[in-house]
Amino acid sequence: MTGTDTSRGSAPIAAPGRPSGVQRAAAERTRRTIGRRGAVNVIMMGITFAAAVVATLPLIFILGHLLREGASSIDLDFFTRMPKPVGEAGGGMANAMVGTLVLILIASGLGLPIGIGAGLYLAENRGTLLANSVRFLSDVLNGLPSIVMGIFAWQFLVRPMGQFSALAGGIALGAMMIPLVTRTTEEMICLVPVALREAALALGYARWRTSLVVVLRTALPGIVTGALVAVSRIAGETAPLLFTALGNNFWSVSLREPIAALPLQIFTYATGPYDEQHALAWAGALVLIGIVLVISLAARFATRSRFGRGGD
Amino acid sequence: MSDATRPLVTARPDESGLGARIDGSAVGDTIYRWTTTAFALCVPLLLVFIAMEVAAAAWPAVRSFGFGFLTSSNWDPANGSFGAAPAIYGTIVSSVIALVIATPLALGVAVFLSEFAPSWLRQPVAFLVDLLAAIPSVVYGLWGIFVLQPLLREYVMPFLAGLPVVGRSPLFQGPAYGPSMLSAGLILAIMILPFISAVSREVLMAVPRSQREAALALGATKWETIADAVVPYARSGIIGGVILGLGRALGETMAVTMLIGNVHQISASLFAPGYTMASLIANEFAEATGDLHLSALMAVGGVLFAVTLIVNALARWLVWRVSREARA
Repeated sequence: MTGTDTSRGSAPIAAPGRPSGVQRAAAERTRRTIGRRGAVNVIMMGITFAAAVVATLPLIFILGHLLREGASSIDLDFFTRMPKPVGEAGGGMANAMVGTLVLILIASGLGLPIGIGAGLYLAENRGTLLANSVRFLSDVLNGLPSIVMGIFAWQFLVRPMGQFSALAGGIALGAMMIPLVTRTTEEMICLVPVALREAALALGYARWRTSLVVVLRTALPGIVTGALVAVSRIAGETAPLLFTALGNNFWSVSLREPIAALPLQIFTYATGPYDEQHALAWAGALVLIGIVLVISLAARFATRSRFGRGGD
Repeated sequence: MSDATRPLVTARPDESGLGARIDGSAVGDTIYRWTTTAFALCVPLLLVFIAMEVAAAAWPAVRSFGFGFLTSSNWDPANGSFGAAPAIYGTIVSSVIALVIATPLALGVAVFLSEFAPSWLRQPVAFLVDLLAAIPSVVYGLWGIFVLQPLLREYVMPFLAGLPVVGRSPLFQGPAYGPSMLSAGLILAIMILPFISAVSREVLMAVPRSQREAALALGATKWETIADAVVPYARSGIIGGVILGLGRALGETMAVTMLIGNVHQISASLFAPGYTMASLIANEFAEATGDLHLSALMAVGGVLFAVTLIVNALARWLVWRVSREARA
């Protein structure tokens, strides 16, 4: 490439008149390579575009199939009734939905305060050794398989308590929330303009008050969004609940008893042999994914309208 | 970005002490600082706590089987002998299948989104791909059982087995039932694709503009710029993204449990069912027959924990290195 460029660049200086045969041949060669290189460029662009199309196909297939299979089984009964005995058509997942709600509440009770507190620390102590280590370890924790969180919660809570419980499930999910909330909180607080903090300090606010009243409050919408995204992540988790919350065919909101959960119920029904249960599994999956998608979309637009135009 | 977001005033009140003095609440500052520090310390403590709990529970199995636990393929709860080799093998094979399929696709998506795509297309496509990461594992499993698996059994597996040379290889032998290493690997590929592409896109976007402009100024085409100037610059970050995807694939539980067939065996054929470490725990833990069985499952969990810990740490370090270079 370099050679071609030099000859092209120096040619007009050496011979301002008409180009010699050698120069014409060189120009012809250049034109050919340019043509070939252009073609490669277009082909590669096509390939990457095709990759993008292929990557979005599974999402469309999955959503399409969920709508087709699940929509027909969703009615009022699905939300208000209890599961029917095996083999009987109808019935709903009321207990599983309430169970998921209870689990989310426990998890948020554990994950939100710790996550937001740690996020505040990370944002206000950037560059220190502890902050860097915590940020790194929080990313590592985030990548930990959810099933490991399950056996941890079993060993820590179920074994000593002698029974499966909603509490153990909620705590397993809460532990998973911590790294998620920590990192989004840190990001959101870093988006708050430094001038705002300085203004508060200049007015004589103490640092803690500046952080909590001015900075945290400014970043609050973003933090709430991050918390919602974390909730939508754990709402669909099944593996940590398998031997902590266990699942329950009956109505229960007790923290010390096994509790039903939407993803657990989907798993049980999907792997069972009955068509009626398969239909309910599709319906449950549609509801679950509806919750997740609504939260994701809401989060997307909430953060964009607030921070999209200004900074970054 | 970092310059704008880094607080000009560092958070150590003792240095200037200005705010504290005027407000007269140095105590409040101290309390605030200790509280947030305590919350931050929860993260490493939790990690250590998990490691300790799992290690303690796995100890009986480690003591009775030693290193042979990893190499023996005899998993027989009734006779109290446990070897995790089939599960380890299955974990590796399914993850490798996932990486082989997902990596080129994810890189293609990342390059398209960061280099080629017009700006109006970027956001929506990136969002759609990211949404793949939001779909719960159990929903992937459900879709895999009722849609993907029949498709593989009816069309893909016969097609692979019928290929001229490749079809004869031991990879594509045996009857095509459906539950198999192949279907587990394929669902994993779809699940880790958004992770790899998100990280790759991020590091590609972190490549300085001057890097691109220099190549373009030399007369390079867009693709030559990408291949010669942008991707090499971001290479270690992209590798980090791929390793991050590997970490996800190794530990993914529900979808794999629903698709892999859950059989303790090591088979060269991708059509044969198998087991992964995560699916082994998911399947047997609640119905474990005795203390040793439980402990063996905990040991499997411990291996999984250690492996994903190393893999994730490596990935984060690689990604961090690129973004630091780009900032400097």
